[in-house]
Amino acid sequence: MSIKFLLNGETVELPEANPTVTLLDWLRETRNLKGTKEGCNEGDCGACSVMVTDRSGAKALNACILFLPQLHGKAVRTVEGFAGPDGTLHPVQDAMVENHGSQCGFCTPGFISSMVAAHTAGRTDHDVILAGNLCRCTGYAPIIRAAEAAQDQDAPDWLSVDDEGLQGETSSLVSAPETVDALAELYEANPNATLIAGATDVGLWVTKQLRDLEMPIFLNRCVDLQLFDLSGDTIRIGAGVTMAWLYETLSIYHPSYAELIRRYGSEQVRQAATIGGNIANGSPIGDNPPALIALGATLHLRKGDTQRDLAIEDFFLSYGKQDRAAGEFVEAVTIPKSAVALRCYKLSKRFDQDISAVCGCFNVKVVDGKVISARIAFGGMAGIPMRAAKAEKALVGQPWDQTHIDQAVAAMADDFTPLSDMRASANYRMQSAQNMLRRYFAELSGVETSVLEVTA
Amino acid sequence: MSVAKPLPHDAAKLHVTGAARYVDDIPTPSGTLSLAFGQSEIAHGEITGIDLSEVRHAAGVIAVLTADELPFDNDVSPSAHDEPLLAKGTVHYVGQPIFLVVATSHLLARKAARLGKMTYAEKPALLTINDALKANSRFEEGPRIYQKGDAAGAIASAPNKVSGVIDMGGQEHFYLESQAALALPQEGGDMLVHSSTQHPTEIQHKVAEALGTPMNAVRVEVRRMGGGFGGKESQGNALAVACAIAARATGRPCKMRYDRDDDMVITGKRHDFRISYEVGFDDEGRISGVDFVQYTRCGWAQDLSLPVADRAMLHSDNAYLLDNARIESHRLKTNTQSATAYRGFGGPQGMLGIERVLDHVAHALGKDPLVVRRMNYYADMLPESAGASGGSLKGKMKPQTTPYGMEVEDFILHEMTDALALSSEYEARRAEIANWNAANPILKKGIALTPVKFGISFTLTHLNQAGALVHVYSDGSVHMNHGGTEMGQGLFQKIAQVAATRFGIDVSDVKITATDTGKVPNTSATAASSGSDLNGMAVKDACDKIRAHLSAFMAEHHGVDIDSITFENGRVHVTDHDYSFAEVAALAYQNRIPLSATGFYKTPKVAWDRIKGDGRPFFYFAYGASVSEVVIDTLTGENRILRTDILHDAGASLNPALDIGQVEGGYVQGAGWLTMEELIWDDTGRLRTHAPSTYKIPACSDRPDIFNVSLWNGGNPEATIYRSKAVGEPPFMHGISALMALSDAIGVCGTGYPALDAPATPERILQTIEQVRHGV
Repeated sequence: MSIKFLLNGETVELPEANPTVTLLDWLRETRNLKGTKEGCNEGDCGACSVMVTDRSGAKALNACILFLPQLHGKAVRTVEGFAGPDGTLHPVQDAMVENHGSQCGFCTPGFISSMVAAHTAGRTDHDVILAGNLCRCTGYAPIIRAAEAAQDQDAPDWLSVDDEGLQGETSSLVSAPETVDALAELYEANPNATLIAGATDVGLWVTKQLRDLEMPIFLNRCVDLQLFDLSGDTIRIGAGVTMAWLYETLSIYHPSYAELIRRYGSEQVRQAATIGGNIANGSPIGDNPPALIALGATLHLRKGDTQRDLAIEDFFLSYGKQDRAAGEFVEAVTIPKSAVALRCYKLSKRFDQDISAVCGCFNVKVVDGKVISARIAFGGMAGIPMRAAKAEKALVGQPWDQTHIDQAVAAMADDFTPLSDMRASANYRMQSAQNMLRRYFAELSGVETSVLEVTA
Repeated sequence: MSVAKPLPHDAAKLHVTGAARYVDDIPTPSGTLSLAFGQSEIAHGEITGIDLSEVRHAAGVIAVLTADELPFDNDVSPSAHDEPLLAKGTVHYVGQPIFLVVATSHLLARKAARLGKMTYAEKPALLTINDALKANSRFEEGPRIYQKGDAAGAIASAPNKVSGVIDMGGQEHFYLESQAALALPQEGGDMLVHSSTQHPTEIQHKVAEALGTPMNAVRVEVRRMGGGFGGKESQGNALAVACAIAARATGRPCKMRYDRDDDMVITGKRHDFRISYEVGFDDEGRISGVDFVQYTRCGWAQDLSLPVADRAMLHSDNAYLLDNARIESHRLKTNTQSATAYRGFGGPQGMLGIERVLDHVAHALGKDPLVVRRMNYYADMLPESAGASGGSLKGKMKPQTTPYGMEVEDFILHEMTDALALSSEYEARRAEIANWNAANPILKKGIALTPVKFGISFTLTHLNQAGALVHVYSDGSVHMNHGGTEMGQGLFQKIAQVAATRFGIDVSDVKITATDTGKVPNTSATAASSGSDLNGMAVKDACDKIRAHLSAFMAEHHGVDIDSITFENGRVHVTDHDYSFAEVAALAYQNRIPLSATGFYKTPKVAWDRIKGDGRPFFYFAYGASVSEVVIDTLTGENRILRTDILHDAGASLNPALDIGQVEGGYVQGAGWLTMEELIWDDTGRLRTHAPSTYKIPACSDRPDIFNVSLWNGGNPEATIYRSKAVGEPPFMHGISALMALSDAIGVCGTGYPALDAPATPERILQTIEQVRHGV
């Protein structure tokens, strides 16, 4: 497998790369670039963040769960590569020194990478950008001061080589098909292969479970898997669409779902993770499925030349088991363009970059004060993402009022038998799920319900 | 003068360019091996069999060691010799190291370590405070008790009393750099160890024991840590000893770093506590007597638990005069990780106990908790010229005393509280919040102002000493070394500023060097906030010795009085002559004047009997106060900190930028401890929150939206280095105001007392809301 990319402005070609060596290990152990740090080795702390530039621009990614083939044709910058050739610091680096943004310094290279990537992309939503970079020393205040100090300064020209260096690098890798058709053929012939899109989950199989992956197939070069189709009154989302890109589109059509995605993982995770991966791995606590179920989404599966559609809730059969044949993969998902009553609530110990204890998504249509349809779906309440059928039933056909909300809340107790784990107790899961329905009613009635929107 | 300047951290530029070197970044000779531990899968039992054949045959494995193969002492305890490097016979917690894999890479070592097959005869595991109490499983023979006056009598005769219990969880340090060590065998059996440790001398001591060599055969070097927070005071011993033993056994350099999950599973954390209390008070809220029982879960080995539990007792007064107090402390032994040092070292837990009491008393009387807090403060001890609202006692009567008999001679919290309440508009905001709450059915706000009084010194008196080594080279450049370690706090920068000031040179002319047991011996851990107090004075002593030599020489050289010589702005003035510092250094060298000196310091005045609970454990107190405003969602318990104002006493700050950094970071870490950071063990004793995916430290957006931090530049009445005060631990306890603000918000929901336990996760907040609604 031959892999080619730019590293700090210079072309690197790896003819014999092991496809499951992480960028972090390769940087530190093979290239002897020790600036990029390992903090958690699972994409949760951001100490290993690097800047990766491709056709869609500059982004920060976690190098600890990024396999070398994912970088083919891209440009990588590590903390050693941000200063100019004469040693002039990047404005972000300068601002971090001036604003006392580093203390122990171990998280700093990752922060610098995230901040430079955001600076390059012209973004100033610092809290969102840095949600995936943990710092235990500073309390973040000086880092934000640094980000603000640097945001209006020009991007230095020495990084622009990353854009230019990418033109026309298309040489194909056997294990990284360039089209959906090629992928379908390859996967049908090798149904035991491991499909890797963003590696935000599969990466941990390697770094934490220490598994050897059987025939990895990398999806990130499958460009036609990464398309939106916005024609008509639906949105068809290709399975390879990243959460970062999904966020942008949802912001237009489904702002509450978009807000859920804003809190999905971190910037680094959203830039890698795909909606197809989040659906296909079948986790009971993935954040997309409840929203998709509430929207009444249709899932498109593909095996070889055969395509089939099913309602997304029917894909999840039981814990760890999905309606997916060997060699079959998630190709796309289609959602309606409009669902004005959709609200998505993500409950976790920490707002940013935390797996949901409960994720509740509500889409109740009310006409003339009466409920005509209700789709209420939860993650974290059962072994699969699941609708609250009894609660829905208690609402449909009834007046949209507190009395019937209370009845639906009571009915919900029979919908689920949640588990206790380190994220939440069974009682709390049930109570908060029920209260989410109360919140939904209050929010649609105009009551302030989000602590995220309150100021001192 | 360099001191008091807000200069950046000395390594800031290295940090932002990735050039700062941590243990795992040090270039190693080819053939360096990597290590990993095979760990116990059960919480308690006898090992009946260890089958390591698969481990030995795994790819890349060079050697596998068990307790039987260790050449000398099998112990990595910092205290009681009760912590084997590798378990022999009995295992005491899930994660305890049983065997050591030596392999050609970190990944191969980790893979092989999972292939060990152990069999056990399991024994019942004591996991909780209740388990340990029931089994009377404890360190020391029974509870420690400190008391003053007659608590029981005072409570019995008080017009009002309340009692309660608060549970507070432990805390994972989550230093971003996990534990790491590198051992390089030297000629003649000597060992050079690079360790990410706050305590190089302890590493040296334990490695020497393990290798059967005197301490002089082991040299330990620490340039920096990627965070410590107490977690690297003793927990690095195992890695350094393992590396040294493996290096001795294989003759090759050996390196070990814990994968994050291993780090969280193997190493100790902050002690969790349960504190029950009973308090008697008058109708105004003045406390007449208080009785505390503190239970702490120490884990399986003693480690530093005794002084941690002592310090919790020593902070159960916080800022309040308690004439009748009784504090009983139980140090419980459980089959969990051995809890260890963590910023505040028990102080935060003890302090939270009394803050809960004050909050509870205020609730019982329906008063603003701040009024009740202030009423119970110690009296300010201000210079007589200074005005104070709380009534200064200076010159009027004897200072008031703590429950352990120490006079509180430097209290300044009345004045600080006035200033903070004013700058934060506490009164007005409290009123606004009440209005806001009335208008909002689902979301509720809360506000609280809490004080901090934290005792500065190691309570083990002999640790309050430090050494330094300073060289001036013939070109005038200065090489500075001391026993303190750099973990991000900016200690090296502060002390370089001291050295630069003593010589009147620029701080850039002072070379900061790695802590090295070969340069300064017998050091204390960089802990107890003592770093700059102790090492700053030791470096000053060394610099002053050299300066005295230079002054004497120049005075003689020019035939002038020694007192006429000054060192300022890089120049040395000798009456009408003016030299650069470099010229003086060169001249001194040519005239055979010594240009190198050791320095030493021991903290005066401290004397403490921890068994009796009497004496002066602390040289002085550091103070501060904070106001937090929060909002909660009464449907889910979700919550945020909206605004925090902190006024903190760093004495005459050596570097205000670094000190403010400690305060901001300390607050967020303290608030994390009390809100989202939750450690969960299952009923087999497995830690279920062993990675950042499940253990949540505050992220960027969790800092308060509005975050105002100022320093109280009041100096230190005690003669510390440039009258500064220690600042590492005290700000951590400002996080208590966040918990109390959450409790305040919950209180709006009903009539019951919001007895909010920590960490106040959304779940715990919702539970407490239910309780107050039912008037519990």
